[in-house]
Amino acid sequence: MAVTAPRPTARNRLAGAPTGRSARRRGRVQWKGYLYALPALTVLTVFLLVPLGQLVQISLYHWDGVSASTWAGLTNYTDIARDPQLRAGFLHAFVLILFFSVIPIALALLLAAVTTRAGRLRGVSVFRAMIFLPQVVAMVVTATAWTAIYAPDGVLNAALRTVGMEAVTRPWLGDFSTALPAVGLIGTWLQIGLCLVLFIAGIGQIPTELYEAAKIDGAGAVREFFAITLPGLRGQIAVALTLTVIAALRTFDLVYVATHGGPGNATSLPAFEVYNRAFGTGQVGSASAIAVVLTAVILLLTFLITKLQPKEDGT
Amino acid sequence: MTERTSRRTRRRVIAAAALATGVLTGMAACAPGQGSGSSADSTKSAGPVSTDPAKAGKVTLTAWDQNTDPGTNASSEALNEAFMKKYPNVTIKRVSRSFSDLKTTLKLALSSANPPDVVQANQGYPDMGAFVKAGLLQPVDRYAKAYGWNTSFPSQLLDLNRFTSDGRTWKTGNLYGVSQTGEIVGIYYNKAKLKALGLAVPTTLPEFETALAKAKSSGLQPISYGDADKSPGIHLFGVVQAATAGKEEVRKLVFNEGDAKWTDPGTLKAATTLRSWADKGYLGSGFNGQSKDQAVAAFAGGKSLFLVDGTWQAAVVAPKMKTNVGFTALSPATGQPPLTQGGQGLAWAVTSTSKHPDVAAAYINFLVDNNGMKVSADNGNLPALPPADYKPASGTVAADVLTQWKSVSQKDGLLPYLDYTTPTFYDTLTAAVQELTAGQLTPKAFTDQLQSDYSSFQNSR
Repeated sequence: MAVTAPRPTARNRLAGAPTGRSARRRGRVQWKGYLYALPALTVLTVFLLVPLGQLVQISLYHWDGVSASTWAGLTNYTDIARDPQLRAGFLHAFVLILFFSVIPIALALLLAAVTTRAGRLRGVSVFRAMIFLPQVVAMVVTATAWTAIYAPDGVLNAALRTVGMEAVTRPWLGDFSTALPAVGLIGTWLQIGLCLVLFIAGIGQIPTELYEAAKIDGAGAVREFFAITLPGLRGQIAVALTLTVIAALRTFDLVYVATHGGPGNATSLPAFEVYNRAFGTGQVGSASAIAVVLTAVILLLTFLITKLQPKEDGT
Repeated sequence: MTERTSRRTRRRVIAAAALATGVLTGMAACAPGQGSGSSADSTKSAGPVSTDPAKAGKVTLTAWDQNTDPGTNASSEALNEAFMKKYPNVTIKRVSRSFSDLKTTLKLALSSANPPDVVQANQGYPDMGAFVKAGLLQPVDRYAKAYGWNTSFPSQLLDLNRFTSDGRTWKTGNLYGVSQTGEIVGIYYNKAKLKALGLAVPTTLPEFETALAKAKSSGLQPISYGDADKSPGIHLFGVVQAATAGKEEVRKLVFNEGDAKWTDPGTLKAATTLRSWADKGYLGSGFNGQSKDQAVAAFAGGKSLFLVDGTWQAAVVAPKMKTNVGFTALSPATGQPPLTQGGQGLAWAVTSTSKHPDVAAAYINFLVDNNGMKVSADNGNLPALPPADYKPASGTVAADVLTQWKSVSQKDGLLPYLDYTTPTFYDTLTAAVQELTAGQLTPKAFTDQLQSDYSSFQNSR
């Protein structure tokens, strides 16, 4: 901001200035600048950092939510490692990453590449809006609709029967082998629109000269995709990955509505378990510990994904 | 921003965040849940009782209930209105939530600075036990004496609402509330189809199994069952277990008395039986992916012979099936009184910080006295204490339900819901039943899983 940095040293400083200067500058912290951040910082503290601190604190206690708590130390955390059902929950969440992130991104890349090759499509905005629609609809509605599709007498099984695939029909959400992939596919359906919109916007930013040059050099569609589109979309892919991985790991409403973690515990997820323990079974300390671990996992993965992002100075 | 500065800023941000978190954790040094309640009851619950709310001056009573379905909602509204008409100085502020919403929000409301006066508390350790332990509810024994609840309610119903004052032992100690409605789990049957198969109404488990086999061999779906919501599994298993394990053992298991184990032969037999029903197709196919409502609708639509569910479904199936539906509960042997899971509606309790406990108790009495029970029955509910003049038309499912409730509740045939066993037992049992019926667990492994939850709770108490 120009007002806060009127000093000549700052004005003269260019990107990639020598280390010596930046070391000298480190001594003079411009405290006034923090004043501008104060309102935002206050909101952040009150609504995020304080609850986060409390979360960490509660996770160190055995607490039923109403009566006095007892100090637990790290036992809530060691219990997570020891509880096979919880470990399975985290594993399920990682399986969901495949359905929420990997598959939608791959499909959206393919679709984006095809639409750009096809040149100007008529009604492309309608098409885009339709594929983005799942993002707009409330998750509870989505889950309820898909529950009806997957039901033993639902649309999916009816369709399979009409094409003579009676043997394949099953209660998709009630079958131990298909429940988790079935939940995952709802996620794929949800996320693909978001990814596609991101990628189409990204392709629009790639200079058309690059495509023309590729054409002159005789590159085919595949070569063009790998040489120009994919590298050009690195930033968008990182954003899509971040958003979808977070969505996968903190999936709650989908499972809450569609399966309650069942059949058995085949679709139990950490976020669902947090809710269940905090509000259902009165294990608030344990719930907080799971929430802390889940937060840490999400932060770690997000951090790793930012490594994919291209450097902004473009060197 | 250059790579270097960005890295430095990031380091600084992380340091600041860590510092903030540390400071905040330190600031909130006192442990969660300290300083709440626990001193309130002893002095307050000893004073003389005033049974006349008219003398209490201007009072606003906040009451939380779970009466959201049409029948119970109508009776609550009628009774609240009548109470306010009788005592114009009292205003009742009603907050009505569905059972699961109530379960998740009541804890927060009770431990807040301004809790409701009257609440409906769920029986068992996870809810009522936890509230009592935290000193959030006050004993109502003195009101029970003043209003005669001790004599009007059968002791097996009162005991379900008792806890020791430390909240650790259930069914003994102080009384923390009374209930307005009753409920049992039983077997709904399609009268016309039963007759067509040449079968009598089953009264024991062997008779029931014979009927199931006959229905299956004649191509009729024996039981409509949908366990996607997870709760119906408990009821189905409970009905079988009541017959195979007997009432002493089930009570010992659920109330944590004696050294009964979930791996004992009676429960194992129930698991084996239920598994064989699933294997023989008595439960249909795809039941773990079918919802409870779909199953009830299938039964009401005449697609099956039986439905195993609670009395709360009577009002759902009756309009569609008219007098073609009956309700029965199984007995351990022919000629003995029926034995089944059930209980009473959530207990109406008084919070320990209520400013008007006498008015609160008078309101509760208004709900459960003879007139309260009558209004409840008139609105299609099953009152816990059916008034002598309450007689549903014969041949209706309501008449069957009343008959069964009377014999179960008055002849010591009421078994506790199995999920009362431990705070986590609902999750353990519902998941295990899905696994058992889907062939993922052997009956032996099924009972092992239940026992492991049970023993870890006993060790932690």
